[in-house]
Amino acid sequence: MNLTLKIWRQSGSSDKGRMVTYRVEDVSPDMSFLEMLDVLNERLILEGDDPVAFDHDCREGICGMCGMVINGVAHGEQRATTTCQLHMRHFEDGAVITIEPWRAAPFPVIKDLVVDRSSFDRIIQAGGFVSVPAGSAPDAHAMPVPKEDADAAFDAATCIGCGACVAACPNGSASLFTAAKITHLGLLPQGQPERDSRARAMVEQMDAEGFGGCTNTGECTAVCPKGIPFDTIAQMNADYLRSASS
Amino acid sequence: MAVTGAVLVLFLVGHMLGNLKIFLGADSFNHYADWLRTVGSPALPDRTLLTITEIALVLAVALHMWAAVSLARRAAKARPVKYAAKRKSQASGYATHTMRWGGVIIVLFVIWHLLDMTFGTVNPGGGDATPYDRMIAGFQPGRWWVGLFYLVAMVMVGLHLRHGLWSAFQSLGLTRRPRVRNALRVGAAVVSAVLVIGFVAAPVCIMIGVVK
Repeated sequence: MNLTLKIWRQSGSSDKGRMVTYRVEDVSPDMSFLEMLDVLNERLILEGDDPVAFDHDCREGICGMCGMVINGVAHGEQRATTTCQLHMRHFEDGAVITIEPWRAAPFPVIKDLVVDRSSFDRIIQAGGFVSVPAGSAPDAHAMPVPKEDADAAFDAATCIGCGACVAACPNGSASLFTAAKITHLGLLPQGQPERDSRARAMVEQMDAEGFGGCTNTGECTAVCPKGIPFDTIAQMNADYLRSASS
Repeated sequence: MAVTGAVLVLFLVGHMLGNLKIFLGADSFNHYADWLRTVGSPALPDRTLLTITEIALVLAVALHMWAAVSLARRAAKARPVKYAAKRKSQASGYATHTMRWGGVIIVLFVIWHLLDMTFGTVNPGGGDATPYDRMIAGFQPGRWWVGLFYLVAMVMVGLHLRHGLWSAFQSLGLTRRPRVRNALRVGAAVVSAVLVIGFVAAPVCIMIGVVK
């Protein structure tokens, strides 16, 4: 496959940045999107150019490091897929592909496609934890959890914190991420003591970071590589309202 | 957003039911309009209910718009650098994309509607005609463009409500579980559809001459 890539290049946070066009030839359809960028970078290095910086780690869709907006869609148009698990066979030969970093004020660009997601860490620090000693995994029958709660908590716990929800949201809201953490901990017995204060602290931190407000467009859950359910945002709102009224 | 929206939805339900009285004839409709001005009489002065409703509506509309503008401003601040590629919506839902501009169209419609039916300024019957005559005169086939504007505005209201109602349930945290969520999603669509049909029934029937 031969591709034309339009990639956001920005040497640092003080650089204004621009889109630069590259041609990549002989791309195998079996390559992942990141491997395709590796091919480009190897050539750029050989030519003495600066390679395109992008975040990545496990390359098996579980770490949450990778992520870029591909043709206007976070992680590309393939549903429930991280960028590293997106394969070139989903693109046509000769395609023009636009690649941009997540765009949000609380995600400043560090370099090229790499953004600083420390704002997510600060939301977690505000309340995304349990203070009881949870120890190692308890025996399955030691602490009964209703099946419905266990399933909903597990679905929410699959969030890898990649930030695609923020990138896709027309409001730049971090509601799905924050809601996933609040739901995951708030539905389980270990998370009950801090349930109210957690919801309030995390929502307030999310707002303080400069994320936008949720208008329930559903774009976040549509691009989420883990398919975090939209219902988690309702859970966050319910917990937040409960904490505000207590 | 959710609370002010709820006030406006309740008003729409009452307004639609009142409109349907046009099908019961001129006396029934005019009597209803008169009753709205004299509820509680003689214990309460005339227009008590109407004035309270008007104040509540103006407040609700103002706060609803203020909330919408603050959300839009927060959104603009949260994404100072726009995407170069056109953002492709991945979520289904045409209604969602019409909220901001649809809301503006609805405000313009409400202004016209007040000038037409309340003050009679742009109504061929004028301000002195009975409410029934004003309604009939306003939707004569010769004024098809007025009717068309009403129909378009009502469809906008329907779309606005479809996302708005559902969104209010979500914001108030009522949609936590799939079964409730699906029921409320269907409920929001049904209420919106019923309101649109109820509102367009009168203008359409007048335009095609069923109600004279």
